[in-house]
Amino acid sequence: MPTFNLKINNKTHTVDADMDTPLLWVLRDKIDLVGTKFGCGIGQCGACTVHVDGNAMRSCLLQVSQAEGMDITTIEGLSEDGDHPVQQAWKEVDVPQCGYCQAGQIMTASAFLENNPNPTESEIRNAMHGNICRCAAYNSIEEAVKVASKKITN
Amino acid sequence: MTPSKKMTFSRRAFLKSSALASGGMIIGFNLFNACKSDVKPSIDLSQLNYNDFNAFIKISPEGKVTIFSTNPEIGQNVKTSMPMIIAEELDVAWDDVYVKQAPLDTENFSGQVAGGSQSIRRSWQPLRETGATAKQMLVNAAAAKWGVDASECTVKEGIITNAKGETLGYGDVVSEAASLEVPEEVTLKDVKDFTIIGKGKGNVDIDRIITGKPLFGLDYKVPDMLYAAVLRPPAFGQVLDTYDASVAKSLPGVVDVITIGKKVREYQESGKRNWSMQISSSDKVVVIAKTTWDAFKGKKALKATWKTDSPLESTEKHDEILNGLLDGKKFNTRRKDGNVTKAFANADKIIERVYESPFLPHNTLEPMNFFANVTDEKVDLVGPVQTPEAAQSVVADLLGRDIETVFVDMTRMGGGFGRRLYGDFVYEAAEISDAIRKPIKMVSSREDDMTTGVYRPAIKYKIAASIKDGKLTGYHLKEAAVNSNMYGLIPNFFPAGAIENYQVDTVNYKSNITTGAWRAPYTNFLASAEQSFFDELAEELGVDRVQFHIDLLDNVKKNPDAKIQYSPERLQGVLKMVVEKSNWGKAKEGVYQGLSVYYCHNTHVAEVADITMENGVPNVKRVTCAIDCGIVVNPLGAMNQAKGGVLDGIGHTMYSDFGFSNGVPQSNNFNSYQLIRMGQTPKVDIHFIENDIDPTGLGEPTLPPVGAAVANAIYKATGKRLTKQPYMSNMNIEKKVLG
Repeated sequence: MPTFNLKINNKTHTVDADMDTPLLWVLRDKIDLVGTKFGCGIGQCGACTVHVDGNAMRSCLLQVSQAEGMDITTIEGLSEDGDHPVQQAWKEVDVPQCGYCQAGQIMTASAFLENNPNPTESEIRNAMHGNICRCAAYNSIEEAVKVASKKITN
Repeated sequence: MTPSKKMTFSRRAFLKSSALASGGMIIGFNLFNACKSDVKPSIDLSQLNYNDFNAFIKISPEGKVTIFSTNPEIGQNVKTSMPMIIAEELDVAWDDVYVKQAPLDTENFSGQVAGGSQSIRRSWQPLRETGATAKQMLVNAAAAKWGVDASECTVKEGIITNAKGETLGYGDVVSEAASLEVPEEVTLKDVKDFTIIGKGKGNVDIDRIITGKPLFGLDYKVPDMLYAAVLRPPAFGQVLDTYDASVAKSLPGVVDVITIGKKVREYQESGKRNWSMQISSSDKVVVIAKTTWDAFKGKKALKATWKTDSPLESTEKHDEILNGLLDGKKFNTRRKDGNVTKAFANADKIIERVYESPFLPHNTLEPMNFFANVTDEKVDLVGPVQTPEAAQSVVADLLGRDIETVFVDMTRMGGGFGRRLYGDFVYEAAEISDAIRKPIKMVSSREDDMTTGVYRPAIKYKIAASIKDGKLTGYHLKEAAVNSNMYGLIPNFFPAGAIENYQVDTVNYKSNITTGAWRAPYTNFLASAEQSFFDELAEELGVDRVQFHIDLLDNVKKNPDAKIQYSPERLQGVLKMVVEKSNWGKAKEGVYQGLSVYYCHNTHVAEVADITMENGVPNVKRVTCAIDCGIVVNPLGAMNQAKGGVLDGIGHTMYSDFGFSNGVPQSNNFNSYQLIRMGQTPKVDIHFIENDIDPTGLGEPTLPPVGAAVANAIYKATGKRLTKQPYMSNMNIEKKVLG
């Protein structure tokens, strides 16, 4: 089985995995970073969203062999103590119901706000459209992105 | 309603306290057995340990309070709201409270279930009494220490103060308190004195959720745990014939390939029955591997053939059968008032409509999974299940073990919606681990989850009304459903009692497709049908939609009937509130409003949907929702539940569709099955009726009414009455993604 060196949350991890193993399962089953969630396996739900070189990407579609040399951030590495403005906004608004999709939502929102710190409502709705929340906490997610935007721009 | 000052049952029988070896005390009692009169006291304080308690409090000598949450957490927020009720009466600062998930303990307790929006309703009084009793014991201990009367002492946030102004913290007296007699009577707080209940408290797991800490079943792991992927029949009606695992076994990471199913079949054939046993009797092929991905890949490499052992069903056939049943005569009459036959014979006009709904999968975002570790001595089960008690008892039977040696721990659940009431995934995990005697986790892929589910069954309603001299004189509802019919209370929901001649009839067709509860079972579609029908009736009668409902509810007040499940006054209350808050009848040009009023799960709800039409496509812009669920324990969590229910309801009534062809589900992932996404969501405005009535649940009641609110608004915009869900697929508009 080939070996890969992955830079995850500013730390290098060496893993043995089949070439086509999705980054998602390397994170979850080999490195014990289980914050990144499995929802659909085909890039449709966004539960597995991570940052790759600063962009939100579906870790279920990114093969481990493609991930070498990239700068990967998972929910566990988004901040030191859960104090990223998006995480704090999520807490203030009390977004989660079941909570399962929220890591993916937070990763999508944080990459989006990095590029567009002061978005319009319609830009927020478009940016978050790819992440499914089965509990339909969408009003709160939308609100939390607005709150995070204020935190970032102030 | 005044809070009870006396216990509703004998304290001694149910409430226990105990000193902890490490100092401190624990107190608690069985929530639900406590309500039964036939439960025998079982007090032997020397034998007590924390497992003897269901709902309970642990207070340390430092004054820190741990409150154990007993019920499974599926996102309905009971892990926060139930401890809040205890903390209120205990009178501690919420910030000093640590909430911990309690394990399943069937030996002493029952009722550790998440379902039917009943957790808060059933636990309200016992949880309050638990908190108040602990507080009284702590006060008694402090009073004894000071040599004063307990009635002289006051408490605020865990600090006891006597008449002289001296203070003691709960931690200072907890050892003494633990050895005191449990008081027979305690005083509960007046509702107006609540400082925690009614104040929004954030989710107790929030820090773990936003930082991605392990919480869910899928996150659970133990050293050397293996992963199992299960190949199940591709069609309902098929069972395994042959399989070839030679390629799968050669793949890296694959440890073994086995078959399971025998234990389940033996259970089924033994004549044993458990309602949670919704599972195929086929053999299944299991790939056991070192990682989930290895297991998934191994499963893809299996070659299997299947044989048909019962009919392969299709949506077209279901339509034909259900329509035939609706037109037939094989009904069970579930409620009958007056004489509908006569009313219809004498009518000036009869209106009749058929409403149709498809099967629906639950699609919890966390796919089905469960951990099992079967050893000679015991069985450990860990994971997301709404019914841990049923899981434990069935697994004990399946594996031929004593129930005392089967242990269940509950993880937070990535959604439930009824799916995790059924324990098929637990039974599979147990059978796999039993076969290989290693700790394993069974993990379903999304495709497994969507195509081998326990579905909301397809249902059709035929509703007919008779009109005589401009008045509604008769109402006849017929239900034709797959596998099972509406539960017993539903025929006594609105409009039962409001119409002189009223009849509800049901009939079902037995299918081999596994079906079961789905968020707000039956009412999730029945409300859409009935509240759309009432909209049409009001128009036909030429009466105001709101006044029509108010008048019907006035009829109920005139004819008291103990079987009627709803309160006409409370339904009128939410109706009036939603009319006011939604600016009903005063919408801007281009905005169309639809109304729906419904009672289910002991909660009264009214909703108004505002829609606009964009290029011929309806777009729901806002939903105003008025709710009477009594006292709102946690407004933050309540708001989340209520909004989520509304948006979930819109999603499934508008977009989600699920059919079968030759027994094969026609969608298997989110590329072909549509769930509502942010771009399709309106703003939801929630308004609660303020009163002092004991609380009822919120996990389900806001979902059922919204379908009709939307359909009635679309009618105003388009002149088209929608009767078939999902509405977007049945509007004959060009397919278009909204957003």
